[in-house]
Amino acid sequence: MKYFGLIWRNVWRKKIRTSLTILSVLVAFLLFALLNALGQAMSGGGAMTGAVRLVVIDKVSLINFLPLSHKNKIAQIPGVAVVSQQSWFGGFYQDPKNQFPQFPVVPDEYFALYPEFVMPEEQMEAWKNNRTGAVIGRDLAELYGLKVGDRIPIQSTIFTRKEGGRTWEFDIEGIFDTTDPKGGTALLLFRHDYFAEANTFGDGFVGWYTLRLAEGADPVEVANAIDLQFANSPNETETSTEAAFAASFAKQFGNIALIVTMILGAVFFTLLLVAGNTMSQSVRERIAELAVLKTLGFKDGTVLGIVLTESVLIMAMGGLLGVALGWLAGLAIGSAMAMFVPGGIVVSTEIVLLAVALMIGAGVLAGIFPALKAMRLSIVDALARG
Amino acid sequence: MRTLQQIFAVTWLNFLNLSHRVASSSVAVVGVAAVVLVFAAVLSMAKGFERTMTLAGSEDTAIIIRSGSTSELASGLSNEQVLIVETAPGVLRDGDQAVVSAELYVLVDIRKKSNDSEANVPFRGVGPRAFDVRDSTGLTEGRMFEPGKNELVVGRAAQSEFEGLDLGTSIKFGRTAWTVVGVFEADGGVAESEVWTDIRVLQGAYRRGNSFQTVRVRLDDRDSLAGLEEALKNDPRLDVDVYSERQFYSSQAQGTSTFIRVLGYPITFLMAIGAVFGALNSMYSSVSARGKEIATLRALGFGPISVLVSTMIESTLLALIGGLLGGAIAFLAFNGFQVSTLSNASFSQVVFDFAVTADLLAQGIVTALIIGLIGGFLPALRAARLPVAQALREL
Repeated sequence: MKYFGLIWRNVWRKKIRTSLTILSVLVAFLLFALLNALGQAMSGGGAMTGAVRLVVIDKVSLINFLPLSHKNKIAQIPGVAVVSQQSWFGGFYQDPKNQFPQFPVVPDEYFALYPEFVMPEEQMEAWKNNRTGAVIGRDLAELYGLKVGDRIPIQSTIFTRKEGGRTWEFDIEGIFDTTDPKGGTALLLFRHDYFAEANTFGDGFVGWYTLRLAEGADPVEVANAIDLQFANSPNETETSTEAAFAASFAKQFGNIALIVTMILGAVFFTLLLVAGNTMSQSVRERIAELAVLKTLGFKDGTVLGIVLTESVLIMAMGGLLGVALGWLAGLAIGSAMAMFVPGGIVVSTEIVLLAVALMIGAGVLAGIFPALKAMRLSIVDALARG
Repeated sequence: MRTLQQIFAVTWLNFLNLSHRVASSSVAVVGVAAVVLVFAAVLSMAKGFERTMTLAGSEDTAIIIRSGSTSELASGLSNEQVLIVETAPGVLRDGDQAVVSAELYVLVDIRKKSNDSEANVPFRGVGPRAFDVRDSTGLTEGRMFEPGKNELVVGRAAQSEFEGLDLGTSIKFGRTAWTVVGVFEADGGVAESEVWTDIRVLQGAYRRGNSFQTVRVRLDDRDSLAGLEEALKNDPRLDVDVYSERQFYSSQAQGTSTFIRVLGYPITFLMAIGAVFGALNSMYSSVSARGKEIATLRALGFGPISVLVSTMIESTLLALIGGLLGGAIAFLAFNGFQVSTLSNASFSQVVFDFAVTADLLAQGIVTALIIGLIGGFLPALRAARLPVAQALREL
């Protein structure tokens, strides 16, 4: 550390060159942070918090309905604490562009399944007393400026009302928040009993079941027991954890991860070249100076360390600024696209740590050859050349 | 004229001693190449996706879908409604039969070969006229399914992308086993991502009674679409939207291709900024390496303009080389590369090829040239303003 002054002065020996290098490193790490955050958001977010939930869908395809009669049978399987149904309503608000999830649910059961969603007790009571009532998440309320007491028309692309038309009107009875910092709340929930009674397809079917495990129950065992229960029935099921379900759904978009990795590979390759070039130029110009240092008694290792530190320092300055900018940009983009990435685009701690590791790695890689060259300098030759 | 000669002479000199500056010059070249590569690769996905979606769309075929449905999946039509459509004006007739295909569109989970994960593959029940209502679509291997049997014909792209769809194999969806008896092609269009069977069999297997989701009708004339739409919209027994197949598919393509573009352009822009810094860096070092040379030239009477322009020519040429290199790599590595993704609009897999098209390459090269010009300007200005006496004294 006592050489920090020396290193700092060397870094800024050529102000323009160093600034340009720092800026290109900044851009690379800005992309790194943003693309990784986006990749995480698309693949269903980070780790699950709270209770483990299982999702039961039709084995042939997610779009096929399951009979409501499955519900009691699932509830009786050991290890199942709460089970409830949901269906994809496929609606939009005012304009087809305003899409967000709407689910017909059973109020008490749904909130028991998702303890991270919290809503005032009196709003829950009001909802249970109003068949055409609905509750919405805070994110959705803020997005469209909705409040309790509003009447919201949702046009379904799938379900027609028995009374005619596909526009369903709901009274907003409550607004819920989430205690999960990674979870979004851009959704609308309405009552399954109203849905079942009012739609033209009739009663007795659901989109899928979600269930919460009892304390200590093994998710794999429960999932197998459920699928076995309905094996060879007309409606075979496929049960997986919520996380696995989200991951397999994300995989359907194709190898986004692969494409992101390819882009980042190209970015980092270029970055290394730029930084490596800067370092070797800088060492080449200073050969005489480094020889003087060695004449003064600086050890080979110290000279190596000084040059390497310089390289890592340049990377770290650009990299940290880039990650910080990426974090800000993620916040801005995430709130602009709240409907598509409910959890927001968050530059997580893992991404930051990975970025720091990359800064150090890239700094060492870019600096190692010039540094070795500096270390191996023969004083006489170097001074003669200088 | 003199200035032009000077520019030429200085540029030629720069070119001759480029070999002394290989390291920093190649950094600029590689930087620009990476930008063009990423640009062409990402946007070729959007191009390929659009191409697949629009290729299939015919102007001579209309799709009739329940009104308000944004996808075939969400639509629903009864048998009576289909019969009404068949007798509507503007529908092409073959003898006394209307050239129409009432279809059922469902999804089935099949594993993707590329990531061994289950995907929503479109499973379509079609009538005997399915090939007649589509452009350049036909069987290329095997035979058509026999009505009433659990037999499949599969799209060429679906066959290569998903597991278990080889000719002659049997595949189970749930409890029902199906045999692949034929392969069809659709000129690279979206239908090739699908698996087809007899509509009656699919209605039974999916317990859909006698219902359908969409009707495709061949128009007796391209201009009959408006007439058909008016007739169907005015029929109180119907509640449908009418599109030409091309309109329908291009609106379906929008979501996904906009998503790729929204991702691709900012990434390219950011990377281009990074590359400008790289180019600036190597041009500054080029100028400082040639400091003595530039001063000598100026002392000999070469004007500042010739020094400025020649430096910009150098950086632009380096960027051009980088652009060509990046474009060539993108073309060789990605053009025709097959992938599949979940289309937002149809909620089902669409198999498509990356398309590194000429206009993408041209855009990439233009980007490269802009990077070269910007990256060269400031260093060139410095070169032109170099104080001659001082630079010579440093000799």
